[in-house]
Amino acid sequence: MAEIQIPAVLEGKELVRSVRTPARMEFLYTAGVATTRFLTGISEGKILGERAPGGKVYVPSRGADPQLGVPTTEPVELPHVGTLVSFCVVNVAFYGQGMEIPYTSGLILLDGSDLPLMHLIQECPVDDVRIGMRVEAVWVEAHELAPNLESIRYFRPNGEPDVVVTQPGAGVTW
Amino acid sequence: MSDDPGVLSAPLIIEYPFSRTTGPVIGAFLTGLREKVLLGIKGSDGRVIVPPTEYDSFTGEDLTELVEVGPGGEVLTWAWVRGPMAKHPLSHPFAWALVKPDGADVGFLQVVDAGSPEAMATGMRVRPRWGDEREGSIHDLACWEPDV
Repeated sequence: MAEIQIPAVLEGKELVRSVRTPARMEFLYTAGVATTRFLTGISEGKILGERAPGGKVYVPSRGADPQLGVPTTEPVELPHVGTLVSFCVVNVAFYGQGMEIPYTSGLILLDGSDLPLMHLIQECPVDDVRIGMRVEAVWVEAHELAPNLESIRYFRPNGEPDVVVTQPGAGVTW
Repeated sequence: MSDDPGVLSAPLIIEYPFSRTTGPVIGAFLTGLREKVLLGIKGSDGRVIVPPTEYDSFTGEDLTELVEVGPGGEVLTWAWVRGPMAKHPLSHPFAWALVKPDGADVGFLQVVDAGSPEAMATGMRVRPRWGDEREGSIHDLACWEPDV
């Protein structure tokens, strides 16, 4: 590109090279009745799933079995322990992250559930995180409980022996 | 809140912190705004274009000769905004106007803070109102006001 000629009035001034052009979208997210049941449970320190007529337990339930298309009718209170069925070690910092890197994000299949939850895995060096690891939820203090998943601070190894995960990310066998 | 008082809802805000590079021509234009100087660029036919473009719109050749224009200008055409929206640059009624700075041959879309539509007229003289804290952005030129 040819040399730009700048008027004398701007000589010696530091030239602008970039501009900030942030984009922002504001939504009102409505949870729906089924997820409201789940979140209300979380605010009481409980993890509530729902069983579909086919037998599968979903957590959080969206109110219907995605395979059968029928309502999930039976509430199931799940234990706070499960198995790590998949995970990702995050090594890259990004805007709005709020976490010190590296950290681990994992899919946790709670015992008795058929759908894994995504949450943080902490109190475990990232190099030691493995599929099949048994983990337990660490909650915030009782007075800090709120209807969101930040009420569970993270999951950590609970010391039980690993289990065999035949299909990472989907299910476990004992 | 949702229509159903039993259903939870919460604000969800998605933000992307984009920044983009300006290139040498727009970068010089924004530098000018920061220094309270308006810049145009000379086209192949000698016309002065504001804001400056990197290429000539007729021949496609590179344009390089930035020139100072303004600070005063003339309203070529305008539209009155009775009810400003949240993202509009002013919170009270204003005019969108094509303003042609003195020395330029084209107008560009700007805000004129005139108070009322009766104070607006095609051909009226306007002067820039600069922002107090300028950082090299299009917002450094806050708006224009009638030059009476």
